[in-house]
Parts: sequence; structure tokens; C-alpha cells
Amino acid sequence: MYSDKVKDHFQNPRNVGEIPNADGIGEVGNQKCGDIMKMYLKIENDVIVDCKFKTYGCGAAIATSSMATELVKGKTIQQALQLTNKAVMEALDGLPPVKVHCSVLAEEAIKAALADYYKKIGREIDFEVPGSCDACCHSH
Amino acid sequence: MSDFIYVDHAATTKVRPEVLEAMMPYLTEYYGNVSSMYSISDITEQAVKDARASIAAAIGAKEQEIIFTSCGSESNNMALRGIMKKAGGGHIITTNVEHHAILHTVEALVKEGCTATYLPVDERGLITPDQLEAAITPETKIISIMMANNEIGTIEPIQELAAVAKAHGIYFHTDAVQAVGHLPINVKEMGIDMLSASGHKFGAPKGIGFLYVRNGIYLPALITGGGQERGKRAGTENTAFIVGMAKALELAVSEMDKTNARLLKMRERLIDGILESIPYCRLNGDRERRVAGNVNVSIEFIEGEALLLMLDMNGICASSGSACTTGSLDPSHVLLAIGLTHEVAHGSLRISLGEDNTQADVDYILKTLPPIVKRLRDMSPVWEDAIKAGIAEDY
Repeated sequence: MYSDKVKDHFQNPRNVGEIPNADGIGEVGNQKCGDIMKMYLKIENDVIVDCKFKTYGCGAAIATSSMATELVKGKTIQQALQLTNKAVMEALDGLPPVKVHCSVLAEEAIKAALADYYKKIGREIDFEVPGSCDACCHSH
Repeated sequence: MSDFIYVDHAATTKVRPEVLEAMMPYLTEYYGNVSSMYSISDITEQAVKDARASIAAAIGAKEQEIIFTSCGSESNNMALRGIMKKAGGGHIITTNVEHHAILHTVEALVKEGCTATYLPVDERGLITPDQLEAAITPETKIISIMMANNEIGTIEPIQELAAVAKAHGIYFHTDAVQAVGHLPINVKEMGIDMLSASGHKFGAPKGIGFLYVRNGIYLPALITGGGQERGKRAGTENTAFIVGMAKALELAVSEMDKTNARLLKMRERLIDGILESIPYCRLNGDRERRVAGNVNVSIEFIEGEALLLMLDMNGICASSGSACTTGSLDPSHVLLAIGLTHEVAHGSLRISLGEDNTQADVDYILKTLPPIVKRLRDMSPVWEDAIKAGIAEDY
């Protein structure tokens, strides 16, 4: 059911862990639905210099988290804000239809972490911040 | 074949070599339609007759009480829809841990105007005769309670429950898909009116099942046509598969005591081993009233599908009741029915042992599972939060 890329990112997830003193932390999903993603960002001069994640969830949740960290690492905040769930899915060579919400969670986790960073530095949040369970409870 | 360990026998089983051997002549040589007049069909007709007698004997029934079907789901549909159609509607009693083949059929009947009561099980997965007694109404037409649960392996007190039904003159049906070939069954002694079974759960191929219907109960046909199965189920007899199912059941019944004793030893080692080596883990279902090969545990702070994928990568085929594997947002209805929270149910793992499993397989699972669980926990923010909150202790 999963592409080789999804399997690879599940089996060898990139950037697992926490960043001590992270500049932005975003958590989306909830345990009742079966998926929680937590993203940690290290930001210097509006560039994401490091990104790590911790995920509770299915294989697709872990693989999309891993891929999302790869896609935003080294990018500017503005570039990271353009990251869509579609881009995450495409980078993974697709997801089964029932797992699309995992890619939405990954996109939202990045946005939530960036919103946290904006809040910390007192910058006005000029993008939509996802709720805690937008993707998992409404996409089915 | 042996580069993986298959421990998902409650999902399906391998066709036994003896079964395939018994089937082959009816695929290659004796392919005649049972209904035809020429002499090679006498052989197929006799084979089906012998198979029917053998299956009837295996569950203490009479030959004419066995109707061959395509699967357990068809058998369940035939029993429930048949009785309710004949009664012209009414009340159905079942449980909240039945297989979807029962639950979705009852839901469909409710949409058509029937009413239903779903008896709630206790934390072990059990229904009591008193509970059943209290749910009966003057409108109750059929009671359908599974013999053994497919997820947690709990064995229901069928004989006692059937006695309650009988005292009220209500038909008693049991979905015995997980029990036939695995538990001793005598429909007469147990007071069962109708019983559903599926061949592929006990070493026959997929696509064959049967329904036992006690003599004297008229069931309208679900599938109409050529008048096979004495007008109760049309469709050309699936001779080879019928022969295969009979052979598989013969073997399963004759080896039952020996097999169950072996499986029980492995099951107990697995349960003890898992509970000892994995903290924050619980056994689901009843420890005693349980089919011999079933292990079902909930492992907290991780999600079942991820666990299955990791096990698969390590050559272990098992199953889970997590939402991701049920294809919906909710985890298994059975695990919720025994009182687990969504969070705990998501981390469930079912290991169902069979015939070919050995103690070496148990060793391998016990060696492989704990590090996988630890790896997933280390990746999980829920685990991290639990440690920070003092709910769990890292190890």
C-alpha cells in the first residue's frame, strides 16, 4: 500500500528528535485520532537552519513528518510557508487516499511551529494557523 | 516461505497440503456438475454428500442441517436476513463485539424497519445470561451472539445463552467463524439453532463456508436460482472447495486437543514475555476464557499501524485494531467495547498463532518486539509528554 519512499522514510526517518531551545515548536493532531506531530525549528536570519520532529502515529504520519523536515530545512521562512501537503505527498511518490490527512498534518505542523516562532519574536502572524485537529478530524 | 513468521491465523490460514490433495481430483478429473445426469457426476454428488456428512458429524449436526455457502459473511446474512424476512420484521438481540458481518447486517435490517439491542460486554468481553434475559422483548425474533471473538479471543458462554433463548422460544444463532475447528462444538448439546462457519479459518481455502440450520427451521433463500442445497442456496456446488473444507475440518477436529495444548503453551509464553519485557502494556480479553492461539495486547504511547509495519520489516505478520488499520477514525469497536480509551486501543497488537508456529517463532517475536516498541516510543511526543508529566518512566 505504501511507496518505496514512504517505506524508506518510515524505516529510516530523517531528523527525529528534539531541538533544545528551539525557536519554534508546533504540535498538531491529537492522540484520540491516532496522530500527533511535533515539529521543532531552529531559525537564524529568517532561515530554517535545523528542523526535527517527533511523531505518534501510523507509518504515513512518520514518513510525512520526516519528509516535511527535509523539505523545509535550509529554506527561508517564506519558502517554508509555501510548503503544501501536496508537495509532501509528491516528494513521497504519493500516499493512499486514507492517508492524505497525514500530509496535511505535516504541513500544519510546520505552520504551527512558524506561528510559535512569530509569537516569540513578536512578529504579526500573517498566515493561517491550523487548529490542533483540523486535518485528522475533518478530512474523512 | 519460511523467511517470515505468520501469526495472523485469526485473519486467515494457509490451505493445508492434505486439503489441497483432497481437492485436486475435483478440479482436474471429477469436474462434473453435481446436478448433471452422466456418471462422472455421480462421483461429485457422492463427494459433496460425504463432505456434508463429515462436516455435520464434526459439530454434532445432521447431514441435512448443513448448507454450503461462499463464506462466513454469507452464512451470517442468510441466518439474520432469513429469520427477519420470515418474521416480517421485529427485534434482534446481538452484542457490541460482533464481527462486522453481523453488525453491518443488523444495521441494514434496522434501516429496513427492524429494531436491535446490542448487549454490552464486560471488560473481559463477556455477555451473561442475565443480561440476555433482561433484553428479551415480546418482539425478539433472533438472538445472535458470537462463539469466540476474532480480536480478543474471548469465548462466550454459548450453551447458557442458548438456553435463555430456548426458554423464550427465540431462535439462537452463533457466528462461530473463529471457533469451528478450534473449539469442541456440539450444536445439539449446546442448544444452537443456527451456526455460521468459514473454511479459511481452519485450513480450507477462502471462498467456502457453511451454515448449520436446525431441522424444522425454515429459512428463505438469500440467493435464488437452480434449487441447489435443497432450494436454500442456489449456485452450482463448489465441489472441490466443499471437499477441501470437509477434509480441513476433519483434520482440525481430530488434532484439536493436541494443537490447542501446543498453542496454549506458546500463547502463555508470549503473553508473559510481552507483559514482562514491555512496560505500559496490558492484555486485552480474558486470560482463561480465550481461544488457544490468541494474544491481544495494548501497548501505550505508540500507534498500532506503525508497529505492524515495523514488525513486517522484521518478518512478522500480525494485526492491530488501531484506527489506521480499521480504515476509519475510530479504533476497533471491540477494544472500545471492553472499555479501552481510543488512545490505548490505537496501540493494540493481535498475534494469532496457528498450526505451523513453533516455540522458535515465540522466541523471535519476544526478541524482536520490545526494541521496536522502544524505537517507536522514542519517536513519540506522547511518550515524551508522559515522561515529563511523570506518568511514565523512561527505560
